[in-house]
Amino acid sequence: MEFSYSREQQMVKQMLSDFCEREIAPIAAEIDEEARYPYETVAKLGELGIMGMPFPPELGGAGSDYLTYIMAVEEISKTDASHGVIVQTHNALCCWPIFTYGTEEQKQKFLPDLLSGKKLGAFGLTEPNAGTDAGGTQTKAVLDGDEWVLNGSKIFISGGGIADTYVIFAVTEKGIGTKGISAFIVEKGTPGFTSPKHENKMGIRGSIAAELVFEDCRIPKENLLGQQGKGFKIAMSALDVGRLGIAAQALGIAQGAFDETVKYMKQRKQFGKTLDKFQALQFEMANMKTRIDGARFLLYHAAWARDAGEDKLSPLAAEAKLACSEAASYVVDKAVQFHGGYGYIKDYPVERMYRDQKITEIYEGTSEVMKMVMAGDIFR
Amino acid sequence: MKIIVCVKQVPNTTEIRINPETGTLIRDGVPSILNPDDANALEEALKLKDANPGSTVTVITMGPPQAVKMLQECSAMGADEVILLSDRALGGSDTWATSNAVAAGIRKIGEYDIIFCGRQAIDGDTAQVGPQIAEKLGLPQVSYVKRFQRDGDHVIVDRALEDGYETLRVKMPCMLTCIKELNTPRYMSIPGILKAVKKEVTVWNAEDIGVDLQTVGLKASPTNVFKSFTPKPKGAGVTVEGDTPREKSENLLKSMKQRHII
Repeated sequence: MEFSYSREQQMVKQMLSDFCEREIAPIAAEIDEEARYPYETVAKLGELGIMGMPFPPELGGAGSDYLTYIMAVEEISKTDASHGVIVQTHNALCCWPIFTYGTEEQKQKFLPDLLSGKKLGAFGLTEPNAGTDAGGTQTKAVLDGDEWVLNGSKIFISGGGIADTYVIFAVTEKGIGTKGISAFIVEKGTPGFTSPKHENKMGIRGSIAAELVFEDCRIPKENLLGQQGKGFKIAMSALDVGRLGIAAQALGIAQGAFDETVKYMKQRKQFGKTLDKFQALQFEMANMKTRIDGARFLLYHAAWARDAGEDKLSPLAAEAKLACSEAASYVVDKAVQFHGGYGYIKDYPVERMYRDQKITEIYEGTSEVMKMVMAGDIFR
Repeated sequence: MKIIVCVKQVPNTTEIRINPETGTLIRDGVPSILNPDDANALEEALKLKDANPGSTVTVITMGPPQAVKMLQECSAMGADEVILLSDRALGGSDTWATSNAVAAGIRKIGEYDIIFCGRQAIDGDTAQVGPQIAEKLGLPQVSYVKRFQRDGDHVIVDRALEDGYETLRVKMPCMLTCIKELNTPRYMSIPGILKAVKKEVTVWNAEDIGVDLQTVGLKASPTNVFKSFTPKPKGAGVTVEGDTPREKSENLLKSMKQRHII
């Protein structure tokens, strides 16, 4: 067992810490306030190889392992969770399924632009009546000659309307539940494909979530991703990968809020001394750190297991996401509390981190779903 | 083109601690970084390489073995080759001795078109090593470069002065020292990092570069540090308020009287 960062991991963290300080920190509050997608910084992350980090160089990726990629998402999310989820959704939920289930032609056609960050990717599974229960999917795809015709709508899609390439799930055979779902690659600008509404979210406001609408949207037959009827399996395996990234995002938020609190406690004076001199607060900081570090080990272990090709990745990913998002929930709550009134106003980043954290317990599988996945493994 | 960049690993802090016995820097426990002005020198070299396909950028430094880490960062930014001059015999060198060693290293590299150095290191703050290297290699040099442009076998540069700048045209090969106004250094890229950790760092000792041992190291250094100390931080300055010069001078006078200065 190795418990130290490799030299390349140190350098990735150092570079991103530098990048976040110079490029992301100055705009984090602004993109949150304005709910503005940070095109410029995302383009720069693409140039640095972040938008295709865990994929092979032959296809335009950076060629990193998954563990180092997870550390990158964590590092970015320490400064801004919106950037964290933008990187994460693109890599894990769009590039990964195309890389894993795509034909050679599909990979050659879509991946070079996606992995270099020239194009952005998104993932469309959730619908008004199909969230945690993907079996309720109502968007349908019917084969008509050489084209699939899509009808229906998706909601809460991260990067919706912004992204260029979408992995979309639709029913190709009714009445057989999840076995009737297939995956498709849909490109922005296809007639009949629109994203009419952006959600007004509580947190991660710099990452846009939107509704997607398909009205007789015709896509080429060869845009079916994987086999017909295997869509649910593709979605679930992508979410297994995705959960590690969301866990990393949650962990980054927790660490970021913790670091901000340490800084604040050293300078804020009450009753004639700085907050870091109060033992009640010191002890609580020790509790917070214990939760963060414990969650980090679960996450790094799950990512390591994926790199090592271990079996049973689903319960490991679920455990990591559960632990990281719950640690983050605990930490941001205390972070705001320790900032007092200043934690409740937008002058300090912990206010934003408090709002950004909540989604990590909800998307890419709620905490309850994480427990279902783990229970399924415990009692099988 | 063959481009050389001279860099230095420096402690990442403005609070430099100095060993009172030897007058040299205490490096223990202080994280090290690529000297900021040297990052500008490397960036300009990489831009020149980008504009002239087929060019190579070679980075050279002198320092202890842990300077390898900084050289890896230079590789990750895009340097093609990185060289470390490291030998106990070179330890404790002042600027004169350092430039002897680095010039010998550059002679060993062989042919080159241009050498970029940073203006000065944030630890020693002398701004001497770059110009000394140029002298020892017999090259034309321009210091404080804030704009750079290639013009065939010449370069056109703006040299920053206290109250403006002057534009100079210099024939290559030449040596330039760069200031931070010249450019914004790029970040290491992920593919660059992954390549850099696998790349071998060339390490040369004093014998490899064929330098005269009488001209390097602590004993050969003509500079002796008489005394060094960390100055106490000064208190904040006071701005004398007033709408007119007369009012200001009256307030100044009042304040001096209050403090029994006059």
